[in-house]
Amino acid sequence: MAVEELTALEKCLGLKAGKYSRRAQGSSQVPVLQTNSGPSLAGLATIASHLVTQAKKEELLGVSLEEKAVVQQWLEYRTTRIDRLTSKEDVRTTLKVSHENRQDLNCYLEDKVYMAGNKITLADILTYYGLHPIIADLSIQEKENYMNVSRWFSHIQHSPGVRQHLPSVVFIKNRIYSNVH
Amino acid sequence: MKLYVSEGNPHGLKVLAAAGLWAHGVEIQRLQQDEKVVPFLSQAKLPALELNTGNYLFCANAICRYFTLAAGKEQGDLTNQWMEWEATELQPVISAVLYATIVQGKKTEESLAMVGKQLEHISQNLTKKPFLTGDAVSVADIVVWGAIFPLLAEMSTLLEDLSSLKNWFKKVSDLQPCQKAVESLFKGKGPSVFKAYLQKMPAPSATTDASACNEQVEDAAVQTFSEEDIAAAAESWSKGLPNAPKPRLSQHPILPREGDKNILITSALPYVNNVPHLGNIIGSVLSADVFARYCRLRNWNTLYICGTDEYGTATETKAMEEGLTPQQICDKYNAVHTAIYKWFEISFDYFGRTTTAHQTTIAQDIFNRLLQRDFLLKDTVEQLRCETCQRFLADRFVEGTCPFCNYDEARGDQCDKCGKLINAVELKKPQCKVCKKSPVIKSSQHLFLDLPKLEERLEKWLDQSLATGDWTANARYITRSWIRDGLKPRCITRDLKWGTPVPLEGFTDKVFYVWFDAPIGYISIAANYTDQWEKWWKNPQQVQLYNFMAKDNVPFHSVIFPSCLLGAEDNYTIVNHLIATEYLNYEDGKFSKSRGVGVFGDMAKDTGIPADIWRFYLLYVRPEGQDSAFSWSDLMLKNNSELLNNLGNFVNRAGMFVQKFFNGYVPQMELLAEDKRLLAQVTAELQQYNQLLEKVRIRDALRCILNISRHGNQYIQVNEPWKCIKGSPQEQTRAGTVTGLAVNMAALLSVMLQPYMPSISAVIQEQLLVPQEVNVLTSEFHCVLPQGHRIGNVSPLFQKLENDQIESLRKRFGGGQLDGGCTDKQVKAEPKAPSPATDPAKETAVVGDPERIKALMQEVDKQGTHVRELKGKKAEKSLIDSEVQKLLALKKELALAEGKTPDPPAQKGKKKK
Repeated sequence: MAVEELTALEKCLGLKAGKYSRRAQGSSQVPVLQTNSGPSLAGLATIASHLVTQAKKEELLGVSLEEKAVVQQWLEYRTTRIDRLTSKEDVRTTLKVSHENRQDLNCYLEDKVYMAGNKITLADILTYYGLHPIIADLSIQEKENYMNVSRWFSHIQHSPGVRQHLPSVVFIKNRIYSNVH
Repeated sequence: MKLYVSEGNPHGLKVLAAAGLWAHGVEIQRLQQDEKVVPFLSQAKLPALELNTGNYLFCANAICRYFTLAAGKEQGDLTNQWMEWEATELQPVISAVLYATIVQGKKTEESLAMVGKQLEHISQNLTKKPFLTGDAVSVADIVVWGAIFPLLAEMSTLLEDLSSLKNWFKKVSDLQPCQKAVESLFKGKGPSVFKAYLQKMPAPSATTDASACNEQVEDAAVQTFSEEDIAAAAESWSKGLPNAPKPRLSQHPILPREGDKNILITSALPYVNNVPHLGNIIGSVLSADVFARYCRLRNWNTLYICGTDEYGTATETKAMEEGLTPQQICDKYNAVHTAIYKWFEISFDYFGRTTTAHQTTIAQDIFNRLLQRDFLLKDTVEQLRCETCQRFLADRFVEGTCPFCNYDEARGDQCDKCGKLINAVELKKPQCKVCKKSPVIKSSQHLFLDLPKLEERLEKWLDQSLATGDWTANARYITRSWIRDGLKPRCITRDLKWGTPVPLEGFTDKVFYVWFDAPIGYISIAANYTDQWEKWWKNPQQVQLYNFMAKDNVPFHSVIFPSCLLGAEDNYTIVNHLIATEYLNYEDGKFSKSRGVGVFGDMAKDTGIPADIWRFYLLYVRPEGQDSAFSWSDLMLKNNSELLNNLGNFVNRAGMFVQKFFNGYVPQMELLAEDKRLLAQVTAELQQYNQLLEKVRIRDALRCILNISRHGNQYIQVNEPWKCIKGSPQEQTRAGTVTGLAVNMAALLSVMLQPYMPSISAVIQEQLLVPQEVNVLTSEFHCVLPQGHRIGNVSPLFQKLENDQIESLRKRFGGGQLDGGCTDKQVKAEPKAPSPATDPAKETAVVGDPERIKALMQEVDKQGTHVRELKGKKAEKSLIDSEVQKLLALKKELALAEGKTPDPPAQKGKKKK
């Protein structure tokens, strides 16, 4: 999955396809990129940051100090928290964690258009990829529950080049469940 | 800018250290750990950094990054990589270890074994440079240091053989900001300051690695192969069978050969007086069997021996209970063991026993050599002696009142109530278990093995063996902790009758203690196998020795037995590779003979589930790296999903297509680019399989087999040969290529499966008429069934396990009363049970009865035509409906007879990821 995602990111950045392999880590797999210049790189966030630099689009890693730290923070959130959901643990904890995640993200995004600063960053792209399978499974009512996440998600999936092969998730603009605030 | 940290939170360490190094001006505020700071998070999360813009950072690593960025330090790929590794791979393990040791109070050595791999990874990366990312301390060093400090602060002995890690750890710990961070957080106390914090965390599950029901994350993503990989795979494919190496037939006695890879495999000798349970079987004999079969497939010169361990008190007790002599007991149970292993198809080259003349000769010889070289000590031991029974009482022959808790049925070695270990002479009011009279304390002279004197050579040997051999992580840690605690002299004699007699004046009424005697059984069993046993056992230059066992047996194989052999100075072959498993639990508890919980070796047969299914499932949940559990519902799930729908389905379809579309002859194959890519994919899995099995990672290697059939199923699904065959000549060639490639993959699978499921492997080879020469494993995938090869009759390999069948088995073995009478009716009789008259190994593995399937197929066809006719004639709707129902019922029956799920084939869009 991670490799597929990195391939999508390469396309999004206009890079040529790199050579990937995988290393097993517990029940999940860590992507490894064979670089031309140096030793291979392992880890989703690490490789993604590397690709961004390769494509000379450093602004995607944040411009100010704060943005840079925030971007990396959400990348870590992605690899440690969101990815735990897809690695099939006990269903109940997954639901709980998943709810917490969305809740946290929903609060965080309340006054924000992007995750860091005022432009799209790698944090938006990878969080979008990571949440895609979860959001795609939500019912319309649930999507309304996480209004800010839905708004942000819908926005990111329409940013040029980001969505790649992923199916577009449908959001309804008019609320149909009035009891949700 | 304001930094919030809380007392007793381990993540505070790196943040404080980083602040000290790079952000002197930051204001630090200490809070209670459950105070909420970050407004958008639902849970309290500390440490946190409030930025001047009003935004918050809540990840410790991100905070450290911010400090370094603010100090003008950029972060490159290497730093990113370390920080990501710390967050995703190191941290989960560390939390689990801290939780296990601090909250659950588990033994540190065992929990620490979990983190060994990570520590080695750090150490390896520090051999060429002083710090993780280069010549100076970077944020990566601080983050990794902060994570492992709580572990290593107390147990720096761990680092003894990781010298680069040790140096680095000391250098970072000595930095002034780090020292200050430690002081302010630990306050002079140990890692126990984290207890309150850890208790509030959910129990970490870093160990998802092997939880029994763990599903492999399916990853159909495009694996990238270079042009060279693909070309190489295509070339080895085209070599075909004639150019591949031939299997080597071994003749007994198998002896080491000059210049060959000579592999001697032993599995821990099962103690004779008990029936082994599934945990015993997977722990030693079955694991060793898979490896032995694999070695033979690689054409390595392999000898696999085992036998029953028969001497000792337990046998004497059992004999007394059953009113037999010890020898009769051994004969009886040796036969039970032999039958069980035979049923499980354990491929011993020789299965012996320890009560033989060779055992006496060899054990006494080793003893005499130790004596001559002055490695034995004499000492007096106080023991209880029953004057009525005229003998010294072994620990388990005494009962009495516990000196600690006054429980009055304490055993001679341990109190069942308070759990404390007891020295039998300390018991109050001791009683002989046999005659109930009180024994008297008598002193008796015993011989001790002088382990402290042997320690130096042992360590020298261990260093070398650990460095060059494949020892599992638990074996390494258990061994190290034994050595670290210091070795003491160990008593090697006992006042018993049932054992190998001690050949020394003054001790002739004693026998050797089992732990000294039993491992010598490996040697004596080989001596019973061949009179040239010394070619195996006194030949460390040419022989590689693998010991398989469960972890409780490690010290005897890694410390005590090697010490005896080293002290004997007779050029003995000593273990090179020690493979220890963790424990297998039963459902959520332990196997228990006395409570009737769990499946024992002799009962597995009565479940009606074939031996190969048992082998598959036990190997699938092999406690490799950590404990795992046997679960009935998981067994059913794995059988129905992995075997039936994945592996069985693929092999069956491949064969059926050849039979149905090409009259049983393998068609012509013209490989396109995508076919060659599949070859590369299969080759990659095959190579991975080899690599894993060479390192004895048995459970992981099994996944490679399942991956190949998964690729195969996808390949068939995408190419739809059943449609192509009806199309243009070009499409028909395509159908041929796909079918031919698939059936060759099935042939390869039959070879790879052999170590795991020998009967199923044989059935596949028989159905496809695979020539016997293919039974060799290399790193290449050859086309072994060329165009024109005729295959035999194909039928389904596996049978579906039904829910009610599994439920009744669960009830039967769940620990309730074992009711002997109900065995038969509880195994659900399948509509077509295999007839017992024919070859049982084969029959049990094959599900359906071909005759019946054929008959059903004809009926389905007939009914189908009938329905079509009715529809064509525009008959009444109700009539059509009822005929359609009949057709569906027939189809379902057919599917069941074929051992398939009656639902539509599982691959169609069912799997989400």
